[in-house]
Amino acid sequence: MPTVAELYKKDLDKLIKPGIHFLDGNTATAEGAITAGCRFYAGYPITPSNEIAEYMSYRLPQVGGKFIQMEDEIGSIMAVLGASAAGVKSMTATSGPGFSLMQEEIGLGSMMEIPAVIVDVMRAGPSTGIPTLIGQGDVLQAKYGSHGDYEVVAYLPANPQEAFDFTIKAFNAAEKYRVVAIVLSDQLVGHMYGKVRVPEYDEIEIVERPKPTVPPDQYLPYDSRYLVPPMAIAGAGYRVNNESLTHTDKGYPTTDRDASFKLVMRLVRKIRENEREIAEWEEYMLDDAEYVLVSYGSTSGSVRRAIKILRAQGYRVGMLRPKTAWPFPGWVVENLASRGVQKFITVEVNMGKMFHVVKEFSRGVPVEHIPYAPGYIPDPDYVVNNVVKVIGR
Amino acid sequence: MSVEAEVTTTGIKVELPKSYEDIKDLIRIDRLPHIWCPGCGLGILLKLLARAIKNSGIPIEKHVIVTGIGCTGRIGGYLKLDAYHVTHGRAIPFAVGLKMANPELEVTVVGGDGDILAIGGNHFIHAARRNDDINVIIVNNFIYGMTGGQYSPTTPKGAKTTTSPYGHYENPFNIPLLAYAAGASYVARWSVLHQNELYQSLLEMFKVKGFAVVEVLSPCIIYTDRNAMGDAVDLVKILKERSTIDHNANLADLDIDFSMKKIILGNFVKRERPVSYEK
Ligand SMILES: Cc1ncc(C[n+]2csc(CCOP(=O)(O)OP(=O)(O)O)c2C)c(N)n1
Ligand code: SF4
Repeated sequence: MPTVAELYKKDLDKLIKPGIHFLDGNTATAEGAITAGCRFYAGYPITPSNEIAEYMSYRLPQVGGKFIQMEDEIGSIMAVLGASAAGVKSMTATSGPGFSLMQEEIGLGSMMEIPAVIVDVMRAGPSTGIPTLIGQGDVLQAKYGSHGDYEVVAYLPANPQEAFDFTIKAFNAAEKYRVVAIVLSDQLVGHMYGKVRVPEYDEIEIVERPKPTVPPDQYLPYDSRYLVPPMAIAGAGYRVNNESLTHTDKGYPTTDRDASFKLVMRLVRKIRENEREIAEWEEYMLDDAEYVLVSYGSTSGSVRRAIKILRAQGYRVGMLRPKTAWPFPGWVVENLASRGVQKFITVEVNMGKMFHVVKEFSRGVPVEHIPYAPGYIPDPDYVVNNVVKVIGR
Repeated sequence: MSVEAEVTTTGIKVELPKSYEDIKDLIRIDRLPHIWCPGCGLGILLKLLARAIKNSGIPIEKHVIVTGIGCTGRIGGYLKLDAYHVTHGRAIPFAVGLKMANPELEVTVVGGDGDILAIGGNHFIHAARRNDDINVIIVNNFIYGMTGGQYSPTTPKGAKTTTSPYGHYENPFNIPLLAYAAGASYVARWSVLHQNELYQSLLEMFKVKGFAVVEVLSPCIIYTDRNAMGDAVDLVKILKERSTIDHNANLADLDIDFSMKKIILGNFVKRERPVSYEK
């Protein structure tokens, strides 16, 4: 795999320097994107994601990239897909209301297999909710928000360091699998300042989309002999039809039973068959845990503290922290269930989202949710009190 | 008569008419027969667009077609070019992304009146305001064709459609006036009957720096049927007999009402305006 040092030789002096920085999560996200090779940004202002757009409008011209503020979020994601179709790594950033508007085009990107990155800095909902405060309500929408069958990759950063690292990972996943990759950040992660270590340029691996090696007359844009077919970009002489309708390998619309099933199968298989390679998670004090708290994003910080308090009181608790919401590391939950965990308890800023996903894999072990969605993360005491209650039930 | 006969993906043997001889390398013959109704104007536009692309002086592989959903949206799929058939109403922002990412591309959006002006209306006016350097061909058939004849933003007041069975209650857009007011550099209106003028206008559109809009009046049997205009060919007759060409027309006079007594065509606007993303 090539590294930043090899791929962006000419631009290295314009990138964020290796070493320790002190950044807010949104800026770290933007710098992660530029380090990953993002050279196009289209977006529409929305709190609490605005710092990303503002920073990109300042930074992209410095690295030869382009920025546009579109008329709405649908236009933004479409411009991102168009720019990526022309061969430029592209992204947008938004929050709940804008993320909802982008759903149809997440389906389009999945169907046309155009790599793209969406950063969703989650805020409190529903509807306009509380723009300035945190929510974690978009976790299921990220995977199930568009109609039909498709797969996305979605990361869950918990601090500015992960905002930087996971944005690079998101670009890599988008390019490798030709999918829409999502960074499910949240208001607290976006606005919190923290230490960000930028690795040496030859330590940061960068993935680029597979390119065609055959001449145009032999090239098939949706060649089903591959799980991830090579991608011809616009203007390269391949002259192909890129199709949002269900299509054949050649990109022609079809209603044929076999052809349509083959396509949908491939769109989901390319992620499902690689889920163990893509999924990431952290296990915190799980070795002897009887009770597993499942938490992610900024909420996991509070849960980590709560676990220390609960441990001091003699409770054998630990945390499973998914770093990817999608693919979800369901087998980790299964293994914990099999080895005798008493209960899973989900702690997230919503009324029960990842709760349902954990349930899917818990093999009959009870799963309980601590509902909390006031625009704030639960503080450690709140977690402690409620976990004690749940354990006692 | 025929210039090429090929067995298509549907197993049907198709022959291109002689008038397509010069552009046969630009047509996906293996996708024919096309899906359009007999008498539909879209086949004529397909031919003229292919011819204009071929003679544009711009390398074929730099031309990119972006279409949304609708009968009109199918046009890109019949052209042997880089074509993107995207979601309903969203062709313009996709085209904007393509053009910004690679300014060497000649990007042309083709869409129906519903696609570009209803669901895509916001994108249309903002791309015109920015004067993004792309081309937009709006096929105005006064109706939503693909979904079965519902009223669209260009349906004249009084016209019967599947969702205005008592006659349409709303006023239609005047497309040239809208495009001009929003900021387009080039605005023209022709019909598929005025093949030569339309062809010249498409050639001009490729030369324009900035947002170029060509409205194409095109017959649709779904519209003519409902409104007792006979068939699509009869609408062609109406377009032929009642239209006048006036390049200097006052844009405010370009409304087309249900009587279709006054249909003004022409190359109305050509102006220099700063283009987006150029200092
Ligand atoms: C988001 C969305 N809404 C509705 C539709 C259904 N739909 C398909 S084509 C169309 C309108 C077609 O009319 P027009 O754009 O004027 O094109 P025409 O078929 O007349 O060429 C509609 C509403 C859709 N595909 N997507
Ligand atoms: S419905 Fe109208 S626009 Fe669509 S193919 Fe038929 S005639 Fe053409």
